[in-house]
Amino acid sequence: MNILLRAASLVAAMLLMPVAMSPALAEPALVYSVGGKFDGSFNEAAYRGAEAFREKTGESYRDFEIARDADSLPALRNFANRGYAPIVAIGFNQAEAVGAAAKAFPEARFSIVDMVVTAPNVRSVTFREQEGAYIAGLLAAMASKTGTIGFVGGMDIPLIRRFLCGYRQGAASVSKDVRVLFNMAGDTPAAFADPARGAELARSQIARGADVIIQAAGGTGIGVLQAAADAGKLGIGTDSNQNGLHPGKVLTSIRKRVDAAVLDNFLDELSGEWTPGVHVLGLKEGGMDWVIDANNRDLITADMEAAARRAEADIAAGRIIVHDMARDGSCAP
Amino acid sequence: MRAGQLPRWADYGLMPAINVVAAFLVSGLVVLLIGENPVEAVRILVWGALGWNEGIGFTLFYATNFIFTGLAVAVAFHAGLFNIGGEGQAYLGGLGVALACLALDRFVPWWVTLPVAVAGAAAAGALWALVPAYLQARRGSHVVITTIMFNFIAASLMVYLLVNVMAKTGSMQPETRTFEAGGRLPLLQSILPGVDFGSAPVNLSFVLALLSCVLVWVLIWRTRLGYEIRTFGASPGAAVYAGISPVRITIVTMLISGGLAGMMAINEIMGSQHRLLIEFVSGYGFVGIAVALMGRAHPVGIVLAAILFGILYQGGAELAFEMPAITRDMIVVIQGLVILFAGALEHMFRPLLLRLFGIIAAPASKPA
Repeated sequence: MNILLRAASLVAAMLLMPVAMSPALAEPALVYSVGGKFDGSFNEAAYRGAEAFREKTGESYRDFEIARDADSLPALRNFANRGYAPIVAIGFNQAEAVGAAAKAFPEARFSIVDMVVTAPNVRSVTFREQEGAYIAGLLAAMASKTGTIGFVGGMDIPLIRRFLCGYRQGAASVSKDVRVLFNMAGDTPAAFADPARGAELARSQIARGADVIIQAAGGTGIGVLQAAADAGKLGIGTDSNQNGLHPGKVLTSIRKRVDAAVLDNFLDELSGEWTPGVHVLGLKEGGMDWVIDANNRDLITADMEAAARRAEADIAAGRIIVHDMARDGSCAP
Repeated sequence: MRAGQLPRWADYGLMPAINVVAAFLVSGLVVLLIGENPVEAVRILVWGALGWNEGIGFTLFYATNFIFTGLAVAVAFHAGLFNIGGEGQAYLGGLGVALACLALDRFVPWWVTLPVAVAGAAAAGALWALVPAYLQARRGSHVVITTIMFNFIAASLMVYLLVNVMAKTGSMQPETRTFEAGGRLPLLQSILPGVDFGSAPVNLSFVLALLSCVLVWVLIWRTRLGYEIRTFGASPGAAVYAGISPVRITIVTMLISGGLAGMMAINEIMGSQHRLLIEFVSGYGFVGIAVALMGRAHPVGIVLAAILFGILYQGGAELAFEMPAITRDMIVVIQGLVILFAGALEHMFRPLLLRLFGIIAAPASKPA
């Protein structure tokens, strides 16, 4: 028994020995949001940005996927402890943790995407998603033959509602008579990962007359585009370029350049030009854009392209203000 | 010791230990398969969870959640009810806590808010279990179906409230305002002198959770109601014959179960997040089922199982951080294996153990 006990305590001692810390590196680090690295949307865009950094510079980086919000602060602290810089956190749900970590490590450099954290060592990057959505609404309304267009959102949260409001405003700028059907896929994060439900919602909108449908639903949106293509209607992609998913059946894709935000962060650090502060990116700054490529060239008429470019210029110049519903909670411009 | 039965210590101590070891061995094979060193992986996992102050703090913090949701499932088990709606009940519990904190935090200290928040959490969780309980008791609609459906209704209700009614304007995150000092539970390290858990959010709720364990033990094994619950669970027919009302027991048990699940929100909302936000339950309600199964629906077992899952959560996060090849999905695989061995395959080693004990016990039982 004694020997057994001693062996057990030996094993315990071995297990409890501190894990050797890796040496401090001036590598950049990326902490994804709860959805995971390959969510086909937001986090994946961040991953692409980091990969672009690797290809461009040959430098390495570290990334980490949190499983729940509580994991965020330990991860940020771990990276800060080991001298990673800058530490980029993706998603509004990490704001609290970034604030706390920035306070605990005043000499470290943090960055957060999609939320503003006010601290002397934090760069906040947010997007005016509504501007991209406005262009989508405008193009959808012009491409529609039935005068009815659709919107399928993921989880019913302000981020998605803001997109919807911009879309409606863009459609209304073409004609007040355009009808916009809209559905949200659900009330849990699963609403961003349910292609079958996306397809179902798209089919029901098509049955009610919609012939152009935008998806703002992450993985769920894949089903939306599929259903639209199957029915011979048009879909609109978001977040990344989804034109190639169904060539000739995707009107355009509205990109949110999270990848560029991550890449800039990493490159700025490398060149010693990293600065804290708030960066708000819209069409003007290239933070939002829409894609024309070989897959949708024939779908965008000269009229449509001209109108969209004009709207882009007007938004950039401040002649058109796209309403931000997150500011006052209402959709009406 | 009767034939075909293990001594209690083997049943409650040895069996779960063997199951956990088996789960870790299989997990080790998985780790080996993806080309990492399994011994090193276990070392990082255990060290990350138990080897340093902040790790222990996080382990206990997660364990607190699991104790509440585990107790909730266990109480229902004793009445033969399978409450898998802990997720929704805890979510609603958060609403109860938040309403209490938002109403009081600016006027009174935390120890005045706490009882109100506890009452709010328990009441909201119980209320969410009431409708499935009533439907089961009166209409025979199975609680497994209705409670899980109520999880979705809870998610919809909370998103509606947080996005449209309770949200701060101008925030992308659907959440309420942050509570002031009157709505925040003190951290454990600020109560216990000489204890330092770093930045871990383990707080007074842990004590509350242990207290709940004692109360559940008293309820189930030392009160008349507990006796009725166990009788009903063992044999509903016999319970009716003994004059126990199945309707009353079903509803009362589910209310207690829902209330306990709701209490989880005290830890998350009042103890750690200090605001109500969407998706804060994030699976703790479901893990509670595994905790209750593994803990044999006994408070002591539940505390141990909750700590084990706390270790897996905290150590798993550290492991994913230290070994990038082991992604968080791998951690879920390891957790899944533990649940599989401890819950589903629980009796795999029993026949073997029985034979072993039979051999050991046989000479002793021979007449001298």
